[in-house]
Amino acid sequence: MSAQLDLTHLTLAYDTPQGLRTVVDDITLSLDSGHIGCLLGASGCGKTTILRAIAGFEPVRSGDISLDGQVLSSAYVHRPPETRRVGMMFQDYALFPHLTVAENVGFGLRKLTRDARRARVGTLLDMVGLGASATHYPHELSGGQQQRVALARALAPEPDLLLLDEPFSNLDVDTRERLAFEVRDILKATGHTAILVTHNQAEAFAIADRIGVMQNGHVVQWDTPYNLHHHPADAFVAQFVRREHLAEQRAQALQRGRVAAPGE
Amino acid sequence: MAPLPSSRRWSLSHRAEGGWGWLLAAGAIALLVALPVIALAYAALGGTESLAHWLHLARFVLPDAALNTLALLAGVGVVVTLLGTGSAWLVTAFDFPSKRVLSWALLLPLAVPTYIVAFAYLDLLHPIGPIQTALRAVLGYDSPRQFRLPDLRALPGAIFVLGVVLYPYVYLSTRMMFMTQAANLLEAARTLGHGRFGVFFRVMLPLARPAVAVGVSLALLETLNDIGASEFLGVQTLTVSVYTTWVTRSDLAGAAQIALSMLIIVVALILFERHGRRRQRYANTQRMRPMQPRRLRGAAAFGAIVLGWIPVVLGFVAPAVYLMVETGKRLHLVGGVSAQLLASTRNTLTLALVATVVTLIAGLIVAWAGRQLRESARAQPGRLMARVASLGYALPGTVLAIGLLAPLTLFDRALAATFSTTGLFLMGSSLALVIAYTMRFLAISTGAIEAGLARIPASLEQASRLLGEPPGRTLWRVHLPLLRPALATGALLVFVDAMKELPATLLLRPMNFDTLATWLYAEAARGTYEEGAVAALIIVLAGLLPVVLLARTQLKIGR
Amino acid sequence: MQSRPFLRPLLSALALAGGLVSMAPAMAAEEVSLYTTREPKLIQPLLDAYTKESGVKVNTVFVKDGLLERVKAEGAQSPADVLMTVDVGNLLDLVAGGVTQPVSSKTLESVIPANLRGTDGQWFALSLRDRVLYVEKDLPLTSFTYESLADPKWKGKVCIRAGQHPYNTALIAAMIAHDGAEKTEKWLRDVKANLGRKATGGDRDVARDILGGICDIGLANAYYVGQMKNAEPGTDARKWGDAIKVIRPTFANEKSGGTHVNISGAAVAKHAPHKEGAVKLLEYLVSEPAQALYAQANYEYPVRRGIKLDPVVASFGELKIDPLSVTEIAKHRKQASELVDKVGFDN
Repeated sequence: MSAQLDLTHLTLAYDTPQGLRTVVDDITLSLDSGHIGCLLGASGCGKTTILRAIAGFEPVRSGDISLDGQVLSSAYVHRPPETRRVGMMFQDYALFPHLTVAENVGFGLRKLTRDARRARVGTLLDMVGLGASATHYPHELSGGQQQRVALARALAPEPDLLLLDEPFSNLDVDTRERLAFEVRDILKATGHTAILVTHNQAEAFAIADRIGVMQNGHVVQWDTPYNLHHHPADAFVAQFVRREHLAEQRAQALQRGRVAAPGE
Repeated sequence: MAPLPSSRRWSLSHRAEGGWGWLLAAGAIALLVALPVIALAYAALGGTESLAHWLHLARFVLPDAALNTLALLAGVGVVVTLLGTGSAWLVTAFDFPSKRVLSWALLLPLAVPTYIVAFAYLDLLHPIGPIQTALRAVLGYDSPRQFRLPDLRALPGAIFVLGVVLYPYVYLSTRMMFMTQAANLLEAARTLGHGRFGVFFRVMLPLARPAVAVGVSLALLETLNDIGASEFLGVQTLTVSVYTTWVTRSDLAGAAQIALSMLIIVVALILFERHGRRRQRYANTQRMRPMQPRRLRGAAAFGAIVLGWIPVVLGFVAPAVYLMVETGKRLHLVGGVSAQLLASTRNTLTLALVATVVTLIAGLIVAWAGRQLRESARAQPGRLMARVASLGYALPGTVLAIGLLAPLTLFDRALAATFSTTGLFLMGSSLALVIAYTMRFLAISTGAIEAGLARIPASLEQASRLLGEPPGRTLWRVHLPLLRPALATGALLVFVDAMKELPATLLLRPMNFDTLATWLYAEAARGTYEEGAVAALIIVLAGLLPVVLLARTQLKIGR
Repeated sequence: MQSRPFLRPLLSALALAGGLVSMAPAMAAEEVSLYTTREPKLIQPLLDAYTKESGVKVNTVFVKDGLLERVKAEGAQSPADVLMTVDVGNLLDLVAGGVTQPVSSKTLESVIPANLRGTDGQWFALSLRDRVLYVEKDLPLTSFTYESLADPKWKGKVCIRAGQHPYNTALIAAMIAHDGAEKTEKWLRDVKANLGRKATGGDRDVARDILGGICDIGLANAYYVGQMKNAEPGTDARKWGDAIKVIRPTFANEKSGGTHVNISGAAVAKHAPHKEGAVKLLEYLVSEPAQALYAQANYEYPVRRGIKLDPVVASFGELKIDPLSVTEIAKHRKQASELVDKVGFDN
């Protein structure tokens, strides 16, 4: 149900009339099964490109991406996205406007019988707290609700890995925070491996077990939040994570018992 | 480092995956559409006529025909711009009694083909027709020999007739543009010191220019295509010259040569339209608040009503009433409708329906291929193919038909030879017509579907794929349902146009097969106008329903 | 849960397409196929009468334009048996285009005068159509020559259809044969200056425009007058017919000039699947009952001698047919057409 993600010497680049443009340069990292990772960085650092490469929407120049040892993408291999058993949450929710909430969540469950599908959809909707909204249409829900439906939909086919592409950016600040914690709770309960992409340090620190701080196509440091905070690899990381309100947030989070203690 | 534009990132995935299937299918369609042009070029070059004849054409026929065509295009362009933009603005910016009805009534002339409106006005405005007779009664003259208006059969008459029936193209696109303009843009302009007229001329018109460009080029393409109105009204346009060169002189090569030279104008118009459509995409990114129309009262309201309804009366009500009266006279006299007319009606509806389905499917393939290959290494071919697919719409029907004759019968002969049968498969059935219609109207369906696809975010497709659906099933489960309004729009427009089509049908129809349009033309040629009026009325009535539905879907936004 | 909005309309449309394909023609035993440019209203009664008498079904394709192109393009697979059209130029084009075949038939040869059929039996005239002057009924005019249409006293008073129309180019070709190209060109320019409105529309529009006061005289075919004057009282056609009278003009040369006539005629197609049936149809069309139909129902002038004329047609007086050979006229057609272009007559 969940798998280990390995990026090995991953390089993503493409040809332009001006020559080769490297977006992501020789990245190696590993995310254990059941853990939540995060790629954190400013716009243009390449984090989203990595996510899309994992999904199968970007070709790999060299190196490889593998799940549980099985190669998904490399310079020679490219499994189509629909065969990858990878789920994704999008910034704009990407719910199908012509389908109800229940139909959206059941979209990837074509192979199940109607009863099995209905049961599974029900379970997932209850899990995200939207059991009563099964027959509603996406435009009738709030942003936060829509994103929860998106989560249910992504998890329905029991993917090996869940990708989250800045899923909270379109929400207001309060919803953002609440939802971030909820998502983490759900993922920890189901035990899914997940990787989040964001430029928002608060989200990263709230959700992730491992955070990769990125700059210009490189992962400067891939480590636990605690280590990033207390043992930054260089000045850039130090400056990136050291924010005053961040310390406060961490204190609050620790109090709520939601973040792994150092060393886990 | 600047982020990759999303379209670029999307296309990278497709370089890795293929998409050759779509490219091939779209390429096949584009090639089919280009076939008549190629055949024409071949016919033009392989002329049986001597150089002397070509020189004769170039010296005596082409210059006047070209001048007349350009003058007609210019005149019609001005008229449709004024009528279309003016009425769009009137209906968007102001509120007055009957405005809501007017806003969709302004589309009604779309149901009336150019040859029918010419046919109607020739009678209506004839010295012994109803309008001049009434005028003489008012002014106290007995006979048309004492007083009559200038004859309609001249260039100004043609400009009037065509302008009054083609302005809806400009009205439609401009109104959409006006309705989606953010009200705050206008308010900002007002606070910067512009009065109402200033706002119109300095903000709305420039913003609407791309929409006007799209509408005008469509209207002008229709003008170029028209054979009926120009011929009835005695204006020797290039299209009429192609027709007469071929018909009265059986000079296919000469006709093909004139036709090819028309393509210069046609290409110019297509580029103009595409340019306008591209600029339209740069939509206002702020939150849209439609403008608040200003309520008019008293004399101003009265003026608005008069001004607003004039185009509808001229372009639809007058011809429609004329047709109804003539039909009434005819039915009263003869007491019924001939079996031939009923057969023609059935043929027309069936043919239009089949052609619509085929054209939609072909349009979907071309539009989808275009979207899949956008901006990638294979995008240039993709976009080129979409452009080639548009060519059919710009080709005058006669020219398209001549161009198609040779390839189609070649195909038929090859088929017969292979399977040792007699009889003509394509030319003997109405499939040749379906093919011609598809080529002619592909641009409409492609355009409508492209616009619809553009409104579907790429993330929906990605979501579907990650949920296990390959691109084909994604198209079926996600895009097609969401494309329903676009498909409906495309279907309605193609259906209406297919029902009205005349020149290509005249040439390519099989034995004992008449459409309403060809039947009408035969009646008009024979001079039995009253009988032709029945067919004309049926065309207009049938064309009404799609136009009304179109009006309701398109204008649902402006409530 | 899944929406299938397209399946049903798609399937029914495909079924329709299949239906349309199966509409392809099947060749039965007692059939003959006719491709004609003549209007259905004129021809259908003749064909119906033939079917009634002989039991042979006639499949008719009414082609407005491009008959030659179409038959040529169809090649050896063409199902056409008989090609029927108007205007000797068109008939000769069919022959020149190689889509006809010679036939011999004693009936056809005895009924149709030699100058009104192809010498080798490649084409046959079936009826005559004289081109006459429509005149405002109260105008004191009793005789006319074609050449005097250019007289400046008619300035602004002449209506005529497009110069490029085959009816007119035939007349112009005849004038070239009579008076030479230079004189004809001048004539065309002067007539254009006399036009009351653009040279467009049909022949019946000449009558309508005379009634409407746009012009006083005009050239048009005689059989329309028969139709108009015999129409139901109160109809537009009747009104137009009642507004005019007819004068049969002649060419200025008194000795050899007569009234210009054109013909409607037919030929047997080169690859006709039913050659005998084709000849039979032609023979029927020159028989007395058919020729009477041409005269009485179509108001045309029969090619067969001795057929009773419609009273209106008879009232135009004697038809002195211009003795010029129709093939001679055909020779000058191209030149006539080019003169029309040169003068810009239709512009």
